[in-house]
Amino acid sequence: MNSLHERTAELNKDEVKRYSRHVIMPEVGIEGQRRLKASAVLLIGTGGLGSPLALYLAAAGIGRIGLVDYDVVDFSNLQRQVIHGVSTVGASKLDSAAARMLDLNPDIEVVKYNEPLTSENAERIFSEDWDIVIDGTDNFPTRYLVNDACVKLGLPNVYGSIFRFEGQLSVFHAAAGPCYRCMFPEPPPPGLVPSCAEGGVLGILPGTIGTMQATEAIKLLLGIGEPMIGRMLLYDALEMSFHTIKVRKDPACPVCGIPRENVELLDYEQFCGMPAHDHSEFSAVDDSDSAEIQSVTVHDVKAALDNGDDILVIDVRDPHEWDISAIAGTVRLPKPDIQLAKNGIQAGRRLWEETVLRAVPRDKTLYLHCRSGVRSADSIAFLSEIGYDLDNMFNVEGGILAWADEIDPAMPKY
Amino acid sequence: MAKIRIPTPLRAFTDGAASIEVDGGTVGEALDSLVAQHPELRDHLFQEEELRSFVNIFIGEEDIRFLQGLDTEINAADSLRIIPSIAGGRG
Repeated sequence: MNSLHERTAELNKDEVKRYSRHVIMPEVGIEGQRRLKASAVLLIGTGGLGSPLALYLAAAGIGRIGLVDYDVVDFSNLQRQVIHGVSTVGASKLDSAAARMLDLNPDIEVVKYNEPLTSENAERIFSEDWDIVIDGTDNFPTRYLVNDACVKLGLPNVYGSIFRFEGQLSVFHAAAGPCYRCMFPEPPPPGLVPSCAEGGVLGILPGTIGTMQATEAIKLLLGIGEPMIGRMLLYDALEMSFHTIKVRKDPACPVCGIPRENVELLDYEQFCGMPAHDHSEFSAVDDSDSAEIQSVTVHDVKAALDNGDDILVIDVRDPHEWDISAIAGTVRLPKPDIQLAKNGIQAGRRLWEETVLRAVPRDKTLYLHCRSGVRSADSIAFLSEIGYDLDNMFNVEGGILAWADEIDPAMPKY
Repeated sequence: MAKIRIPTPLRAFTDGAASIEVDGGTVGEALDSLVAQHPELRDHLFQEEELRSFVNIFIGEEDIRFLQGLDTEINAADSLRIIPSIAGGRG
């Protein structure tokens, strides 16, 4: 594998000392370190994967590192986003990450893009002389966007993805092998794969996968070793197993199977049928479906429970979440069980009274809640598909987090 | 019997099992055996009789799309994997 570029930059005396453990290895040497200094890597996301990526790439002396993010540091990020800290909770992730990177290595340049990556700005951002793009995003629309923009601009895309205890790693570089779409032509439908916010993630997992992405980036820049082009690593933290599969280039790939100048960036939220950004002001997805879903506040729920109104409050969170916190007087029915019951009824494999839904009368007023209000809205949509009346169902705005904020301040939030 | 490894997102439909033993001489028969044992998986893997486009099945390190698809022959020593599409990382 040849290096991606032949540029070099001089190292001063302090830099030679800083990188001495690199330069004494013949695979890197002084020339390799000069090349790293002349390199430019763009990181999409400064969260779970972005934290170790930004730290190690800064420490390794990549001369110019770009960061794309628009989020602010939240207290619950610190379980895995180790580039941030208590002192930067509430600050922009870009400022928090950049400060830590420059503290680790003041000789590098950090370029900040404080905006969500979209089809409108991706080409501009990706065109600013980067050698590599690293995908540390958390949603399908942005992953497809990163892939397609990389193919269009001829950039290698160092891919890492995580879920609960599992991770995936690959290098998608259409000039030398397959792209993300060769492996995953289409995203799964919305609702089938939970997000990390819903499904959870082992805090160390992004550390494992992110450091491996950083390793691949360094290998590509130095032109050493065997890059993960055409291969995908599957990591299972519980089994502590690593398994490598082949990823083949699909000659009929709609993106890397055509001349790259013809690649057009799509409306990826439309393509995936889901929003790319949890900040709704950045989301272009038409949520007319959810507009039909009525909502109530936690105060309405409290009043109804206190008054003994003839309603049913359903908690659709997963059972392990009930152990963290719960509202007294609710019926507990996880969203996946509702979805399964709905699928079974729709496919004719189950009668309504054979499913968990027999506990949910069709003629009663239902208040559904989850942690923040997303899963309960999905559950209402599922129920309406099998005959429950949208006029009788209400989504509890803000879920149990709102309950903790407004009704019961002693309740733990997660 | 051949084994199919179940990825985390689908374990909700296999009572948490990470690996399921299946019968059958082809990938298609093995998946039928899997779905017979865990019927709730069917909707996640198949659209009518076709494998869903986002479901990737591998034997060893090979994608069945580049072998003979569901007709790919397998033997009892084979390990099949369902490779999920996962997207987490920034959050």
